[in-house]
Amino acid sequence: MGELSRIWRESDHRYRLVAHECGNCKRIFFPPRDVCPICHRDSIGKMREVELSGKGTISSFTVVHDSPRAFKRQRPYVLALIDLDEGPTITAQIVDTPLDQIEIGKRVHSVFRRIHEDGPGGIIQYGYKFAVDLS
Amino acid sequence: MVTLNDVYIIGAGETKFGELWDKSLRELAVEAGLKAVEDAGVYTKDIDILYGSNTLGAGISYQNDIGSLISDFSGIAADHIPALRVEASTASGAAAIREAYLSIRSGEYNVAMIGGVEKLTDIYGSEILDKTSTLLDSEWEAFFGATPAAVAALTARKYMKDFNVSKEVLARISVNDHENASKNPDAQFRNRISVETALNSLPVAEPLNIMDCSPIGDGAAALLLASEEFVKKNKIDGVRIIASSIAQDFLALHSRESIYRLDSTVIAARKALEKAGIRNDQIGMVELHNSYSIYGLIALEDLGFAEKGKAKDLVEADIKLDGRIPVNPSGGLKAKGNPFGATGVGQAVEAYLQFKNRAGERQIKGLEYAMLHNMGGSGSTSIVHILGGA
Repeated sequence: MGELSRIWRESDHRYRLVAHECGNCKRIFFPPRDVCPICHRDSIGKMREVELSGKGTISSFTVVHDSPRAFKRQRPYVLALIDLDEGPTITAQIVDTPLDQIEIGKRVHSVFRRIHEDGPGGIIQYGYKFAVDLS
Repeated sequence: MVTLNDVYIIGAGETKFGELWDKSLRELAVEAGLKAVEDAGVYTKDIDILYGSNTLGAGISYQNDIGSLISDFSGIAADHIPALRVEASTASGAAAIREAYLSIRSGEYNVAMIGGVEKLTDIYGSEILDKTSTLLDSEWEAFFGATPAAVAALTARKYMKDFNVSKEVLARISVNDHENASKNPDAQFRNRISVETALNSLPVAEPLNIMDCSPIGDGAAALLLASEEFVKKNKIDGVRIIASSIAQDFLALHSRESIYRLDSTVIAARKALEKAGIRNDQIGMVELHNSYSIYGLIALEDLGFAEKGKAKDLVEADIKLDGRIPVNPSGGLKAKGNPFGATGVGQAVEAYLQFKNRAGERQIKGLEYAMLHNMGGSGSTSIVHILGGA
């Protein structure tokens, strides 16, 4: 699922949730973008890195039963859309949470986890997943 | 003032859709292409350009340059007719139709051939999901375990909650497809299914079951388009393409303004109706892109047949063959099948057969206008064609 350079160059974003903020309109984008889709050319050269808090809210989720090969051992797993507090919505798994605790509107926080590995002996890839906040 | 040429479909052909293990990518393309050429009555010398459409040929059949492949094995390589492959995810078919349409409409060409083809069954088990997930944002969706079905399920769960829509409503989109496909000899699945069967089928990505998902299958579909000049000169009774529109949206679902409004579809449909100069209620059939049942439901809204959240009111009666707005008379993506590159071309084949009164048991009577909706992935591209009129 990827050569080393492809994984390495995204590691800040996937390990520490480093996003891009538009210097013009101050909107925050994750995944990072080199141009703001609102300000267009006015944002050129003005996108700067900001680290997100990893806190957010579940806006939707699914339990995935049928998966690509790299995720076979994790089945079934929960994939969600998370509305992050800083604005962006991202796609990520929800872990460490009983299924009956996962609902639209629940608060979540990011955790650092193994995402998948490229087969036996392959590269192990890491990044963010999310867990529901304990109340 | 530049005069634009009117464009007509003058011939159509398709293979059966399904698990066609004994046929290769190129054989499928050639089979559909030859049927279309015979149907149109044209000769090699008449064809000015060929547009092939295909989505995953490089990933599954290890084949690129599919324009040349189709041209070569259709026996027209020595005639040096230009041949290109058009790719726009699962909207590749309609994208090829649109490119062919523009090439004639502009006056550059008189006759264009379109060959849409997909070979998905040459890999086994969950490897197919490695390939279909490349249609998502590979770094920010698929990397984290998203699949096309999972992304559709994210839309489905939120939509169902916000508009109080049951799984039964989704199931009825698939039940309607199977009912219509039972009348289509080219369909992958010709069995009727009940709402109960759909609801009790295996979960794929909850809340979506296998009966909410279009199947993996192979197939090809082909069309011949011609200018008004060619049609008149050769006294051909073609079916006119009165509008062709395309619009884009963010690649990943998580970047879009709404997760259950397909903005690319809203815009493409609105532009198409404007260009055609007709109202939505004049449309007599729609072939829509229900790769997943939820997309069929929300496409009904985004194409303008219902308000947001209200498509559930249409699924029991209106969408049937004899209903107010027949949906997917062909059997749609769920039951006729969804061989990506062929899907959008196959939708036009169906409309052509309907206009020519050649649709057999599923014939819609008195058809004036047909709308075709082909979508890339989870809505990154939408292409709408309107056919018909005098």
